[in-house]
Amino acid sequence: MSLLEVNGLCVSFGRRRVVDQVSFTLERGEKLALVGESGSGKTVTALATLRLHHGARLEGGIRFEGRDVLAMGPDDLQALRGGEIAVIFQEPMTALNPVMTVGAQIMEALQTHKGLGRAQAREQAIEALRRVEVPEPGRRVDDYPHQLSGGQRQRAMIAMALACDPKLLIADEPTTALDVSIRYQILDLLDRLRRERDLAVLMITHDLNLVRRFADRVAVMERGILVEQGAMVQVMEAPLHPYTRKLIDSRCARDVAEPGDGVVLQGRSVRVDYPVSRPGIRGWFGKGAFTAVRGASFTLAPGETLGVIGESGSGKTSLALALLNLIPAGGEIEVEGRSWATLDPRSRRGLRRYIQVVFQDPFSSLSPRLTVEQIVGEGLEIHEPGLDRLQRRPRVVAALEDVGLVEDGSAEALLDRYPHEFSGGQRQRIAIARALIVQPRIVVLDEPTSSLDVTIQKQVLELLAQLQRRRRLSYVLVTHDIDVVRAMAHRVLVMKDGQVVKEGPAEQVLSDHLWQDLGA
Amino acid sequence: MTDAGRAARSRQNPWRRAWRRFTGNRLGWRSLQIFLAAALVSLFAEVLSNDRPLLVRYHGHYYVPLVQTLPETTFGGDFQTPTDFLDPFIQAKLAKPGNFALFPPNHYHYTTINYFSRVPDPAPPSRQNWLGTDDRGRDLLARLLYGFRLSVLFALVVTVICTVAGVAYGAIQGYFAGWTDITMERAVEVWSAMPALYLLIIFSSLFSPSLWLLIALISVFGWMGVAAYVRAEFLKNRTLDYVRAAKALGQRDRVIIFRHILPNCLTPVITLVPFEMAGAIGALTSLDFLGLGVPEGTPSLGELLQQGKNNLDAWWISLATFIVLVTTLVLLILVGDALRDALDPRKEVAEGDAPEPAEEAA
Repeated sequence: MSLLEVNGLCVSFGRRRVVDQVSFTLERGEKLALVGESGSGKTVTALATLRLHHGARLEGGIRFEGRDVLAMGPDDLQALRGGEIAVIFQEPMTALNPVMTVGAQIMEALQTHKGLGRAQAREQAIEALRRVEVPEPGRRVDDYPHQLSGGQRQRAMIAMALACDPKLLIADEPTTALDVSIRYQILDLLDRLRRERDLAVLMITHDLNLVRRFADRVAVMERGILVEQGAMVQVMEAPLHPYTRKLIDSRCARDVAEPGDGVVLQGRSVRVDYPVSRPGIRGWFGKGAFTAVRGASFTLAPGETLGVIGESGSGKTSLALALLNLIPAGGEIEVEGRSWATLDPRSRRGLRRYIQVVFQDPFSSLSPRLTVEQIVGEGLEIHEPGLDRLQRRPRVVAALEDVGLVEDGSAEALLDRYPHEFSGGQRQRIAIARALIVQPRIVVLDEPTSSLDVTIQKQVLELLAQLQRRRRLSYVLVTHDIDVVRAMAHRVLVMKDGQVVKEGPAEQVLSDHLWQDLGA
Repeated sequence: MTDAGRAARSRQNPWRRAWRRFTGNRLGWRSLQIFLAAALVSLFAEVLSNDRPLLVRYHGHYYVPLVQTLPETTFGGDFQTPTDFLDPFIQAKLAKPGNFALFPPNHYHYTTINYFSRVPDPAPPSRQNWLGTDDRGRDLLARLLYGFRLSVLFALVVTVICTVAGVAYGAIQGYFAGWTDITMERAVEVWSAMPALYLLIIFSSLFSPSLWLLIALISVFGWMGVAAYVRAEFLKNRTLDYVRAAKALGQRDRVIIFRHILPNCLTPVITLVPFEMAGAIGALTSLDFLGLGVPEGTPSLGELLQQGKNNLDAWWISLATFIVLVTTLVLLILVGDALRDALDPRKEVAEGDAPEPAEEAA
């Protein structure tokens, strides 16, 4: 008998069926990866085994150790959740209760499921933290979630999930919110715990690097349908379904032109400080400063891509915003030979057309209540005020066609649509069109692909490379994704704690063994 | 694009979609219709409830007493004073063959005192005064109709002032943040610590009571709620990437505030409008009840409640006023509730009309 048997599972919300006829099994101690893009139904499938969805209609069969989960009463279900099947989520900061100490949250699980007393539960909580390698567990047990680092929080979550010795752990994108360097530590931890306790792990992820490293078997989902499953090596090396092949091929091939000579952007000892409140009475009289970027210097040639990589909190986004003069910065930043600091507001506005930006999240970077025409045309309104609405229109259409956003061969029909009508990849194209319509020389790309699905990431990167070739654009590419840097960058700046720790040509920096390891 | 295509497009406008969701809520949509109908009817109160006929034919001449002031001598009376059309003497004259008078459905203005009643005031409902009279012999239905109109108009003016002021204040606070925000927030805190009721009492003794004074006083203390919501929305939206992108394009602050951020901050503002109106009506009523409100003689629901309290045996005063007041407030709150549901951003997703992820062109 398998530990978990899912047979012809269908999940519908209202009239919409999001999971259709999914069947798979999971043995004791096995590692199964459920892979797919966002919206493919992988999370819904996994959480359905705990019946965690409100208002969803479940059909088919789910058996856990032979017991029918769909027929369970509230008490059995309660015992199943947390007791036998535990879940860890993507974002430990929101999955942990911020006003309870980590220890109290682990103890709660122990007290509910095992009926332990306070003192005993506390001891076991400390023991649980020790097992997940949280340093100084005796002290950390009384910490609140915000006092822990991201990796420690995820460890605490795992400790909480495993406190009651479950037989199955559902890990929903367990490392996505973490820094690259910590991801593999968490994976190794999960693997060790699995071996020690004969725990089955159902891992939900879109990251094929993780799958290669972690899973025994893989199940691939596309739009609610399980299209392929099998042993990891077999699926990865010889995928049968075209969608699986598309996923595996989605890593971007490097195809960039050589940069030209000259300097379009120069930074000399750029420094960014954020005011922070000081504690106590001193805070009444002055603010402290948190230095996000200290002394970054670099140059950018026409047609060149400068990759800025680093963990979250390393100051790379602050640097990007400083280049755009969106936050105050020390040092000197020269765009096209002119420095932000020395310009009056009027010329500063004029200079903005030479350096534009594309942000990470295409859902928040487009004004939700403006039409595509208004969004893309805005730059022209500002920088070419002589044009009226009718004269702007062909330019907007051309910009949309340039970024490949067309319907039936033309972008006309898209002009009066609103952002919510587009998918993530299409929105990112709109954001790129908005930046390019004013014909900038430099585009700052702040994690341009991280919130997109893998197959779409590839398309957007290819588009960016193609635009660069055609227009001699220079890119400042801020990212934590080594694959993206490898595909795009000519030179790389590695940041850590606000400092540039390494700089040089892409091949040289990326061949460093540390990054090799992280990039998998 | 075909016409059908264009219509389909315009249905994708976020405001229209919210409106569609609103009209899909039967209770809220009906409430709004009833409320608007009642407000519209009350705007024509002069034609519906008046002591002057709409049209009079007397000795071959036509008169429009509604807009004309006619001395009693016109109709063969003895005095130069304006005609009292409810006077049995005049009525008898108008009833003669060849003459006629077209009266409004209810024969009383809110100032009209029924001198011809056979029972002492307050008089119970009768064929003359459908809802009875108040303790000064004025027709209750007329008082309610005009009082309702006054309340609604008052609430509308107060709400418009409060909303505009609150949005402006909150927008400046939230957009510029930092010191601007802190200074303005402290000012709001000081201001909201003012004892509004005492100030109203002081002002109503300093100045002769008037409706505009009340509007000013209630507005001055009513805009802070809206400002707080708008401030929070601006603080949230100013850090979003679409605002940064507009700044990176070199857009001016004014345009960013009005075109980019404001439309995304209106959800709480619009949701609050019906509740603010209900609040304003409640405030006016309670001030009138306390005798601090509108000038003597003005038709007012609060004053009627006061009369009802003083004449507990005249049940028709309190009952009718109570029903009008409660119905009005309930309708407004139901509208507000439906608006809140319609504008809830989570509904957009749940409805499933948000991104229908189109196939990416490779």
